[in-house]
Amino acid sequence: MTGLLVLALYVGAFFGSFFIAKRVFKSAFEKKGFNRLKTVTFGDESAVTANRVASIVSIITVFWLWVAFTNSVIPLPKMPGPFSGDTSFTYTVQLEDGTTDEAKVSVRVYREDIQQTVDENGEPGREPAAIEIEPGEGFAKNDTLTIARYAFKVVNVWKNDEVSKKEGSKIITINGQPIEPGGEIKTDDGTIRLTEKGTPTFEPAKGLRMARLYLPAPEVVLQRFIWLNKEGYQGYTLFEHTRYSLQRVLLGFFFGALIGIPIGYAMGLTGWARGWFDPIVEFMRPIPPLALIPLIIIWFGIGEIGKVVLLFLAALWIMIIAARSGVSGVAISKVHAAYSLGASKWQILSKVIVPNSLPDIFTGARVAMGVCWGTVVAAELVAANVGLGKMIVTASKFQLTDIIIVGIIVIGVIGFAIEVGMRKLETWLIPWKGKV
Amino acid sequence: MSGLLINDISMRFDLPNGGHVQALKNVTLDIKSGELMSVLGPSGCGKTTLLNIVAGFLAPTEGTIELNGHVETGPSSERGMVFQQGALFEWMNVRDNVSFGPDMKGVSRSESKEKVEHLLEVVGLQDFKEKAIYELSGGMQQRVALARCLANDPDVILMDEPLGALDALTREKMQSLVLDLWKDTGKTIILITHSVEEALLLGERLLVMAPRPGRVHKEYRLPFAGLGVGNDLREVKKHKDYAGTREEILEMIWSMEEEIMGRTEESA
Ligand SMILES: Nc1ncnc2c1ncn2[C@@H]1O[C@H](COP(=O)(O)OP(=O)(O)O)[C@@H](O)[C@H]1O
Ligand SMILES: [Mg+2]
Repeated sequence: MTGLLVLALYVGAFFGSFFIAKRVFKSAFEKKGFNRLKTVTFGDESAVTANRVASIVSIITVFWLWVAFTNSVIPLPKMPGPFSGDTSFTYTVQLEDGTTDEAKVSVRVYREDIQQTVDENGEPGREPAAIEIEPGEGFAKNDTLTIARYAFKVVNVWKNDEVSKKEGSKIITINGQPIEPGGEIKTDDGTIRLTEKGTPTFEPAKGLRMARLYLPAPEVVLQRFIWLNKEGYQGYTLFEHTRYSLQRVLLGFFFGALIGIPIGYAMGLTGWARGWFDPIVEFMRPIPPLALIPLIIIWFGIGEIGKVVLLFLAALWIMIIAARSGVSGVAISKVHAAYSLGASKWQILSKVIVPNSLPDIFTGARVAMGVCWGTVVAAELVAANVGLGKMIVTASKFQLTDIIIVGIIVIGVIGFAIEVGMRKLETWLIPWKGKV
Repeated sequence: MSGLLINDISMRFDLPNGGHVQALKNVTLDIKSGELMSVLGPSGCGKTTLLNIVAGFLAPTEGTIELNGHVETGPSSERGMVFQQGALFEWMNVRDNVSFGPDMKGVSRSESKEKVEHLLEVVGLQDFKEKAIYELSGGMQQRVALARCLANDPDVILMDEPLGALDALTREKMQSLVLDLWKDTGKTIILITHSVEEALLLGERLLVMAPRPGRVHKEYRLPFAGLGVGNDLREVKKHKDYAGTREEILEMIWSMEEEIMGRTEESA
């Protein structure tokens, strides 16, 4: 249900902000440069540029949805929250002889994440004390209940009453409204139900925001991020977890490229190498690296070597194929031109084939880095002592959702940074790519 | 024994389906040093194959190639090639492309510098030395290709439709350039072209080839190349024999093309 609401709001934001932005940021919707002179642009892909206002609003929307559906302190419009504080309801007990008596249940609802909060003195928060009450008149006595948000508790009202259920007494109204076993009464602060056996239960109102366990608020994640850098988790700081993951990727990729590129060249240049490696490459290529993890663990254990070997294998086939297609992509006229300019075989390789294959190798390297980054996290999820994947999977065992989210964000940011970095490097190293 | 001798060349391609193509049959040509020969013929008559054999990239099934009395069996820097397009090295700038040949032979940059600069000037690219290949227009790229070939000082220059991808105006300018270079350097040039006009204007000798099997159909000795050196090529076209020869060759090639069409229709 909440999911559908999020979707509806998201779709609404997409269209709503479009109509608003079109009024407010007129210049962002104008065609730029040469496109201004085109009279028809629909269907002309080259005339489509990313609208920066849309990008910014898109990020703000996601952030806002995150705030709106969590118990965040950030002052943005939010969904109705869960009830927190003191409330009460009354119940009426009727005895077999028809006499009735009313009593009150005082309820104190506290934050479900109280233990994860800190007070001014740096002490972790504790469950609050129960509300002090008077027992009251009559055979039904007043009760008290202390309950966390998002929780649900049975209220044993008979505990202190002078009558018991066994004697045939039963609850007939809640807050003055008649109720049967199995029925329920909703108030603003929560829901009171009678079980089939006639015992009342109380569930504080949840609202539409998610509990910290499911989705911590942005500031909680930020605090966790800072904490992870200072204190660390599982003996390593966030930086160290990240460094280990990155180091594995770089090592695995490095060896994959170091071995894969020469093999790819050999396959592009000699029939023996092509015949030799073709079956291996064709067989290994479709196997997802993750399927190799169990074998890698058996062979190498869960240490560094196993990880690097796995990533090496993930990068190897990609780099072989990239180098090989780089060789087959060289125009025969270039090779012939070089021969008739007096180049030796070695010069053909180093001056023509290698530079000509660089664009393909770079494309392969970009793919390989992406695959390696995905694979390292997955491998760490399965088995590792340290690393972002390890951090996430351990946190999930202790339901530390905020650590999981920090991990996911770091993985995403690094993956993005790798891609952007590789692209920058590409335009710098291979300026002729795509221009011939 | 100076010059290029194409000695009774035949070329048969065996096809994977068991058949074969007779791309060339008994082609014999004696090309004197310093001659400019243009080659015309309908598509598929074996022009490229002939050039590849002369360049040494293909071994003929019969016959030999002799350059200055030596039998040639592979590519070498005495026979330079100029391709239609895309044979320049994009990862090098203009100057490095031109000095590629000397570089490969281990000639130091300081030694080759003068020649490279001179050639760049000859082809009109002295201001573009540092430019990347992809920054140049098609015509400029072909100028680089010419300069690169000349930097090696080959005896023979083989050109396979070198101006085929250029627009008409650029093409005209390049034709003049080819003529001037030929005159200045005295190189032997074999130039394959699709354009009858180009073949007439540039060929001191003009070879018309016929297909199936590829063979020499007719040979002309023409005055136009000599007249064109240093002159406006459009003036040359006004020569009294020009239009007549052009019509004759066009007629010849058209009838060959029609014959090919007829034959393919029959077999279809
Ligand atoms: N490697 C090859 N294998 C088989 N047939 C070929 C090969 N190269 C060229 N041919 C055939 O030889 C003939 C001559 O080709 P080509 O020399 O390219 O002609 P042109 O350059 O005159 O258009 C054509 O029929 C072509 O199909
Ligand atoms: Mg051809």
